[in-house]
Amino acid sequence: MDLLNINNLRIEFPSRHGTVVAVDDVTLKVQPGEVLGVVGESGAGKSTIGNAVIGLLEPPGEMTGGHVFLKSKQIDTLGAEAKRKIRGRRIGMIFQDPLTSLDPLQTIEQQLVETIELHLKLGEKKSQERAVDLLRQVGIPDPETRIKNYPHQFSGGMRQRVVIALALCAEPEVIIADEPTTALDVSIQAQILDLMRRLCREKQVGMIIITHDMGVIADITDRVAVMYHGKLVEEGTTAKILGNPDHPYTQSLISAVPRPDIRLKRFPMVNYIEAESVRPRHIDLATHWLGKSRDFEDVSGPLLSLKNLVMTFVTRHSIIKSRRKTFNAVDDVSFDIAEGEVFGLVGESGSGKSTVARMVCSLYKPAAGEVNFAGTDLTKIASESERDHFRRQMQMIFQDPFSSLNGRMKVMDIIAEPIRFHKLARTNREVEQIVTDLLDHVGLGAKAAVRFPHEFSGGQRQRISIARALATRPRFLICDEPTSALDVSIQAQILNLLKDLQEQLGLTMLFISHDLPVIRQMCDRVGVMKQGKLVEVAATEDLFEKPQAAYTRELLDLMPRLDKLSHEGLEVEKA
Amino acid sequence: MSTTDYLEKSRLRRFFEGDVWYSFTRNPVAIVAAVVTVGMILAALLAPLVAPHDPFDLAKLDIMDASLPPVWEAEGDARFLLGTDDQGRDILSTILYGARISLVVGFASVLFAMVVGIILGLISGYVGGRTDAFIMRIADIQLSFPAILIALLIDGVARGLIPKELHANISIYVLIFAIGVSGWVQYARTVRGSTLVEKNKEYVQAARVIGIRPLTILRRHVLPNVMGPVMVIATIHLAIAIITEATLSFLGVGVPPTTPSLGTLIRIGNEYLFSGDWWITIFPGATLVILVLAVNLLGDWMRDALNPKLR
Repeated sequence: MDLLNINNLRIEFPSRHGTVVAVDDVTLKVQPGEVLGVVGESGAGKSTIGNAVIGLLEPPGEMTGGHVFLKSKQIDTLGAEAKRKIRGRRIGMIFQDPLTSLDPLQTIEQQLVETIELHLKLGEKKSQERAVDLLRQVGIPDPETRIKNYPHQFSGGMRQRVVIALALCAEPEVIIADEPTTALDVSIQAQILDLMRRLCREKQVGMIIITHDMGVIADITDRVAVMYHGKLVEEGTTAKILGNPDHPYTQSLISAVPRPDIRLKRFPMVNYIEAESVRPRHIDLATHWLGKSRDFEDVSGPLLSLKNLVMTFVTRHSIIKSRRKTFNAVDDVSFDIAEGEVFGLVGESGSGKSTVARMVCSLYKPAAGEVNFAGTDLTKIASESERDHFRRQMQMIFQDPFSSLNGRMKVMDIIAEPIRFHKLARTNREVEQIVTDLLDHVGLGAKAAVRFPHEFSGGQRQRISIARALATRPRFLICDEPTSALDVSIQAQILNLLKDLQEQLGLTMLFISHDLPVIRQMCDRVGVMKQGKLVEVAATEDLFEKPQAAYTRELLDLMPRLDKLSHEGLEVEKA
Repeated sequence: MSTTDYLEKSRLRRFFEGDVWYSFTRNPVAIVAAVVTVGMILAALLAPLVAPHDPFDLAKLDIMDASLPPVWEAEGDARFLLGTDDQGRDILSTILYGARISLVVGFASVLFAMVVGIILGLISGYVGGRTDAFIMRIADIQLSFPAILIALLIDGVARGLIPKELHANISIYVLIFAIGVSGWVQYARTVRGSTLVEKNKEYVQAARVIGIRPLTILRRHVLPNVMGPVMVIATIHLAIAIITEATLSFLGVGVPPTTPSLGTLIRIGNEYLFSGDWWITIFPGATLVILVLAVNLLGDWMRDALNPKLR
């Protein structure tokens, strides 16, 4: 007998533009002690399944077909009150954001004890004992005193442990975890996954983990179901799906995952989701407009050279200087980037890597140090018009494709803005031609010009960002986490595009990412940052194979182990 | 939807297929409010054409028609639908002409407050630091006085400074200025808040990386993105401005009696209330209530429709 049985589930979202089928004929089974992973990209319908099982489908969504059985008892037909009794008691839930899943105004004890009393009908004393015991099981040190704390007194990882304890406290038979580690740093992710795996075994709980992350899937699941556009395209054991997938979508998805252990020439087979255009036509810089008016200084040394860069933020303002509190976001950072090189900057959130980028492109004024670009110290430039000369040579691609484009402007105007500002074309006709050509090169096509950004998907918007950055014909491109907001297959497409453009235009790049596998695919040399300091700079292959600094080794150890993944169709680049 | 379809669609067409229009057609309250508002604005604008009489043409006034009740009362006269005042002026016609003054003052002062508020709010939010503190403290100080008091103060100062014969001519501008100044704070605060959010978004940073100068960034990038909430406030402010104008005119410090607004009409009528001539004040009063209520309901709907969180 299956623990949880989802049969031919169909969920529709009626809207004025027609009905959207979010989940289409999905059948899943979970056994006790088993971890089932549901993987798919955004919009695949995976979270909707979880919500439907626990009876929290958001209106106007409705189940229009199929059944859900919990231990052969049909639960989808129950009334709201009966469903509420099952929720928490027999099916536990763990959500993505541990901060919002706990009530900030109640202590952990109040929340745990209330839930235990409600579901298990134990006395107050017994409930408290059980709450402390649960906290100990999920690995919270000194649970007797910590239980009196409020959620904000716990770190993100500890908070997620509390959420897990909360999900476990009624001894549920099934746990549904929706992106349980997405909001956490990598180092904490591994611990939480281990904990979930162990608890699942010990208590013989069936677990459904909903995620977009192949690393999580490889780490913890026994079986995997792959979702695509609301349909279940493939299901099987984790080893089979990762190592030898049958369905072309699964193959394409797995080939798009950046590997920590090898460096690829390009990502193959990434055309399944969003038709990737043909590779950009070859650009001959001698004749093409992208090669024109490159009145750039020749450089003998490195193109960019940072010397002892410091950035200070005031954390407490005061008129009296001695009462001010400051914090060095970037502390004595120096490195060089040679012309044509791709330099990666890697580190956890808050390590100061984005601050370095913002100082390089003059968004922040450094507190001390030099930013030498093509032989000129940019920090010493006083006049804006003099700075424009360097702005033209240096452009930036941002992280969030949804906020990096002005939603009130058409794509044509967005890309034309830098061309007009730097007077790189004589007539409007010429501007339009250049924009059209750029859109072609980033694989969007000329018709995109008359549309507004909200009509495009995240990956397409990032292409528009790239076109805008290329419009000034720069020689130096800063990419600040350019793919971290994108789905993995879209990420592979964008990385391919950046690689192609870098090669064809001979661009020099500063590539910032928290994701080591991505860094490995893209960069020639890498700098590792920790708390504002640069702890190691090395050639990429050396860094991955023979890390010197202890912190680098620590980061490398935390990378998801993806060696189970199929290598089919991958073309490895020799160092 | 294919690209060619899209290109053939005009802006208007896209508006009518958009979510805002859809939410409008599904909201009967909003539709009624819009119809009433537009109807009243049209009637006021076209007053010289639609009004049955010209209440300000002294040659046509007849003292024999004075103080006639509405048509359905026993002594009513078919020529005067809503009755006449003490000088024999048709109440319906004076309301149409009066609403015209009220609406002009309302729209103009909203526009004035909006322009001042948006500019100060943009500067405050974008520049930050001491400039921001200075502008916002002025806003706080002004907020600690009731708006009507500030309008009264400005009106009083203007009366003191400007010679009496001149004052009658420019009193409407003084009124617009007074109501406008008393209302800018709302706009400045809202725009400042939105600007603080928008200026940290990456599209503004991207413009800075290109080298675009701050004024252009504010105009081209920030301003269009902060206008949504401003339009909502403007609608609700329009209702408040009309009320403020009516209050000032009721107190006798608004527009001169030669060009009466709704407030002036209510004040004049008020004097006859106890002699039983209720229609002189009730009808202008009811007009004011309906107009303000309709505009307010429209503003409420707009706030919900433009707020992505409530959708």
